Amino acid sequence: MEADDEYTGQMIDEIYANGGDPPSRPVISGEQLDVEAYAALYSGRTKIVRLLFIAERCGGGAMELEALRMAYDEIKKGENTQLFREVVQRIDGCLGPEYGPDPAWAEAVDRRAEQRKDKLENELNAYRTNLIKESIRMGYNDFGDFYYAHGLLGDAFKNYVRTRDYCTTGKHITHMCLNAILVSIEMGQFTHVSSYVSKAEQNSQNSDSLDTITAAKLRCAAGIAYLEAKKYKLAARKFLETNPELGNNYSENKVIDNINFRNFLELVPEVRELIHDFYSSLKANLLLDIHLHDHVETLYEQIRSKALIQYTHPFLSVDLHMMANAFKTTVAGLEKELEALITDNQVQARIDSHNKILYARHADQRNATFQRVLQTGNEFDRDVRAMLLRANLIKHDYNQKSLRKV
Amino acid sequence: MVKMNSLEALVAQIQGLSGNSSDIHQLHGHLKQSDQFLYSESTRLAPVLTQLDPAKHSLGYLYLLEAVTSAPFSKERANELVVVVARFINACTAKQIRLAPDKFISVCRRFKDQVMLLEAPMRAVAPLLTAIQKLQPSTEHLTTLHPDFLLVCLSTKCYKTGLHLLEDNISEVDQPRDFFLYCYYGGMICIGQKHFGKALELLHNVVTAPMSTLSAIAVEAYKKYILVSLIHLGQFTTSFPKYTSSAAQRSLKNYCQPYLELANSYSTGKISELQTFVQMNRDKFVVDTNLGLVKQVVSSVYKRNIQRLTQTYLTLSLQDIANTVQLSSPKEAEMHVLQMIQDGEIYAAINQKDGMVRFLEDPEQYKTCEMIEHVDSSIQRMMALSKKLTAMDEKMSCDPSYVSKAGRERQRFDFDDFDGVPQRFNL
Repeated sequence: MEADDEYTGQMIDEIYANGGDPPSRPVISGEQLDVEAYAALYSGRTKIVRLLFIAERCGGGAMELEALRMAYDEIKKGENTQLFREVVQRIDGCLGPEYGPDPAWAEAVDRRAEQRKDKLENELNAYRTNLIKESIRMGYNDFGDFYYAHGLLGDAFKNYVRTRDYCTTGKHITHMCLNAILVSIEMGQFTHVSSYVSKAEQNSQNSDSLDTITAAKLRCAAGIAYLEAKKYKLAARKFLETNPELGNNYSENKVIDNINFRNFLELVPEVRELIHDFYSSLKANLLLDIHLHDHVETLYEQIRSKALIQYTHPFLSVDLHMMANAFKTTVAGLEKELEALITDNQVQARIDSHNKILYARHADQRNATFQRVLQTGNEFDRDVRAMLLRANLIKHDYNQKSLRKV
Repeated sequence: MVKMNSLEALVAQIQGLSGNSSDIHQLHGHLKQSDQFLYSESTRLAPVLTQLDPAKHSLGYLYLLEAVTSAPFSKERANELVVVVARFINACTAKQIRLAPDKFISVCRRFKDQVMLLEAPMRAVAPLLTAIQKLQPSTEHLTTLHPDFLLVCLSTKCYKTGLHLLEDNISEVDQPRDFFLYCYYGGMICIGQKHFGKALELLHNVVTAPMSTLSAIAVEAYKKYILVSLIHLGQFTTSFPKYTSSAAQRSLKNYCQPYLELANSYSTGKISELQTFVQMNRDKFVVDTNLGLVKQVVSSVYKRNIQRLTQTYLTLSLQDIANTVQLSSPKEAEMHVLQMIQDGEIYAAINQKDGMVRFLEDPEQYKTCEMIEHVDSSIQRMMALSKKLTAMDEKMSCDPSYVSKAGRERQRFDFDDFDGVPQRFNL
């Protein structure tokens, strides 16, 4: 499935293991997120995992149950019994008898899985004895798909990677890379993601070029990898590159992210719109997104700083009261924020605390130059003299051992 | 060989041969031969000295004086000896005494000891300074008397005189031990006069000087170095520069643990923590006689914080300053700011009516004649220094041991490459 391929979710365990310190994040309660609409954007495994994430994060109430219910439905369409069991546990009978454990279904699925696995193994062995490269590759691929469908990601990854030895055309390599990337993202191993993305891109240079969708997928994956590595600027660039190729496969969320990143990068002049965005439901949505939730706080902070800097940039003097209003904070709080920015040298200004005005200040270049010159001269003087002294000391080849204690 | 009246003969010789340099040379030879004799006659020599003129017969006088002072003396005698020696130092001819520097140094040293015995170190300050000036071939030479002089200055708190001597930049050192002591005492004098920049430089030289084993002086110097660095620069880097000796790099830190922890605590910027730390380790600082300096470190935290405020604010209320810098009241903040303005550390104006402080820019515009002269003289100084450096480099390039080593370690070039030094260059 298209959407399934490029936008995979993660197993529940990995959600928590990934990204550092999860459970301390603020839990959104009673948010106005339309779970149905949100979930409709995805399908397959992504959908399940995102729903479970939302259920986890929204701290009880109707929304959690709603999300769990939809997750249940979705899982039943697939074959992942482990996830199924977990969802059932979470539902804990709250949704009525229809959403119970249903062991019959689980057993049936497991049995089918066993059979399929045996069949696949036999096939693979047959291919291996016949030494037909293409069939072996297909065999491993099928195995990978099988494990993936059942949520055994580590095995899936291993099998996908094994197909590498049997790839004959560029398309095969690309396919392998895409699969590996999928599973890596899901497992939270983003170093793998980066390496396979670069492999795929290299490959595309060597042989036929990728079609736009695949290229976009790769860039998206690369962006996610950067995001996890907290390299926001690089992530933003990658996402922007995918922007022109945005198809309807991509989540609306990604578009919103792009807007934020673009603001961050390109200094959008409409500060007010940006500030307005803060107070829409944007933030809530982002917090519920599996990939972004760790970074939302940091990104928001950075966006706010940028907004502050932008605001003060064109003025010689700014009245702090008006500015505090615009940024919906108190004058004292604003002063503190500005102080931090000035100390960081991101804003060239001085605060007149008495009258509550911010004055732009441009350093006097001439004086600064003189000062630096004199200082450099002094340092040179000091260092060279010390050096000459040391050389002299070594020259005289002294003996320290007889030095008396002072 | 030596007869009873040879003392008179010696005196006659001294009086006779103190004319020109060749005579002096001859005299010197005689004197060296008579060394032992003089020591044996040391008790009888004192009245003989009156026959000689310290200015004209400096060399002879020196020999006799040295023999006289070599004998153990009592407190009563010390007084008259001190007078004699002081007079000699003031009157002697530099050229003559430079012929026998060791004797001169030992005379001065004993002079210092006598003065200490009399518990009047002040009497030694001026004579020792004169002695140094006469002994050193140039102001750039370090003599063994330098550290003694500085020690005397420290004991008498005559910091300014000591400072005066420190202004000469030393580049020639005969005895490394003198150097270490000189820098250490010099650093202490500068600290006393609050010339923290120069103190830092001197202490830095001790710590980074080439040494094969760690000396106690280096350890003490390092402790003070940490403290002065915190006061003057507001920070302390624990990494040593590349040219520090490996002995120092390995072991210095082990002896200075409390100071390193102090530096850590300082860098957090929390004054209360710093103060608690100081309280807890008070004894260690007292033992090292560094408590005063440590207290200065603590007060420097306030200064740093206030200085940082000048970068951010144009005007600020005293109350806000007190809050930011963690002082207890606006009154205290006012005191601190006032002190800093007086010391020239910040430029500001206090408005007592509003309780506001207005921070001003550094009024230096670099447009005055004095400034131009200052820049010009700095340039001249740099050029002279550069020349010196180049000269030293050239001299070293011609040094035989260097050339042979360079020849040995050079890569083998092709036969066609032009070779300045033959491959096998053995001297």
